[in-house]
Amino acid sequence: MTRFSLSSLITNGLNKDRLWDQQWEKPEPEKSYDVIIIGAGGHGLAAAYYLAKEHNITNVAVLEKGWLGGGNTARNTTVIRSNYLYDESAKLYDHALKLWEGLSQELNYNLMFSQRGVMMLAHSAHEVASSKRHVHANRANGIDNEWLSAEQAKEFCPPLNISARARYPVLGAALQRRAGTARHDGVAWGYARAASARGVHLIENCEVTGINRNIDGSVCGVQTTRGTIDAKKIAISAAAGSGALMQMVGVNMPLESFTLQALVSEPIAPVFPCLVASNTVHAYISQSAKGELVIGAGTEQYISYTQRGPLHTVEHTLAAICEMFPIFTRLKMLRNWGGCVDVTPDRSPILGKTPVPGLYLNTGWGTGGFKATPGAGHLLAHTIARDAPHDINAPFTLKRFQTGRLIDEAAAAAVAH
Amino acid sequence: MLLIKCPYCRQERAEIEFTCFGEAHLEKPDGATDAEWEKFLYLRTNTKGVHFERWYHIHGCARFFNAARDTTNDRFLTTYRAGLPKPEFST
Repeated sequence: MTRFSLSSLITNGLNKDRLWDQQWEKPEPEKSYDVIIIGAGGHGLAAAYYLAKEHNITNVAVLEKGWLGGGNTARNTTVIRSNYLYDESAKLYDHALKLWEGLSQELNYNLMFSQRGVMMLAHSAHEVASSKRHVHANRANGIDNEWLSAEQAKEFCPPLNISARARYPVLGAALQRRAGTARHDGVAWGYARAASARGVHLIENCEVTGINRNIDGSVCGVQTTRGTIDAKKIAISAAAGSGALMQMVGVNMPLESFTLQALVSEPIAPVFPCLVASNTVHAYISQSAKGELVIGAGTEQYISYTQRGPLHTVEHTLAAICEMFPIFTRLKMLRNWGGCVDVTPDRSPILGKTPVPGLYLNTGWGTGGFKATPGAGHLLAHTIARDAPHDINAPFTLKRFQTGRLIDEAAAAAVAH
Repeated sequence: MLLIKCPYCRQERAEIEFTCFGEAHLEKPDGATDAEWEKFLYLRTNTKGVHFERWYHIHGCARFFNAARDTTNDRFLTTYRAGLPKPEFST
């Protein structure tokens, strides 16, 4: 694997880019592995990378039914932030944000990580009170978040309409400056390349159709569309596919899968310096490095595995965007798409052990899994290697829905979903 | 936009007239064990295929009814009045 550097760029540039290596290997599946991870999205690939790097477990395969990073990893709106209300969530998401901060260098891969700040608007007295509560809770947890007046918000994001005559006037905003964006497919590729270099097998077009178990109930392998593969430990990191996988071992899940849509505009010159989210008018928006405005809608009201949604949802979102940013009213939208998000009743993920020995679970990230990619992978790797959760993911058990110890995180979505 | 036939109004109307209330035919447990409450409150079939769910014709007759819908293509197989048993479909 060629290391990316200025000299390798110049050398390969002079050779008209004909000499670049493949970024990762595409091996045939072996008969057996120490660990199998189901799902080669950002989370699964990150878990494989950290297993190899931090726990020295390299006899690992990541199985993917489609192609690498082709699910929600490539369908989200690339928001990265950690301004969550509860202590458990704040620790979880800030763990991820800290990992993001050195990740491009660590992976030797340009993730285009840009800490440009996320501003969450408040439009009513109640929202002001609740936003300030978030700001204080975050600061008590050592997470940066600050309260801005409407004028300060306008200064930070000039296209914002703060007119008192707006349908929903902006009364202020909570700003997390360390929040930002990264290139989402680059994250999957960066982890894939780094994991492959450490000996992890990445196996695409390999759908898991069954989970094999020993007589004592523990897992011993998987049946796939490319044959049976044995494994001592198995981790499920398959977003909306996780429910069906858990049913293979007879566990029903507290999950529902909804379509979540997003869209991008035609590319324009840089006009939008940060990310803005508004709960009341139900929209969030940023501008990609290519110049496209990236806009996220809300989840649909009914469960669906179609990965597409109706146009009236998009129309509703765009109405809100035009209301907040009148300069975008004449902009054309380029394309829209849907992803299938796995939502838990308390909007917090499930990351830890399962009732089945040797089977681990990372799911339920709902509408906000991208920001957690490095953290989820890191903690899943820890849980697999030690057969015990890390302190940070210990509260995010599957059992909490029976004990009632929920982590009812209303901030899990930047807009109310 | 889905078109949904309200079994009370007997008309096919646009999705924006309705609100979905999630999985249908959930029964409130008689007993009070934690596992039973978990099943009733949180565990869902989340079926990939024919899913039974509650809909509310909020901007129409304002009544609840049930529907069977294929979640792999969002097609409604049937809608029926609340309280009626689950219809059967050969899969």
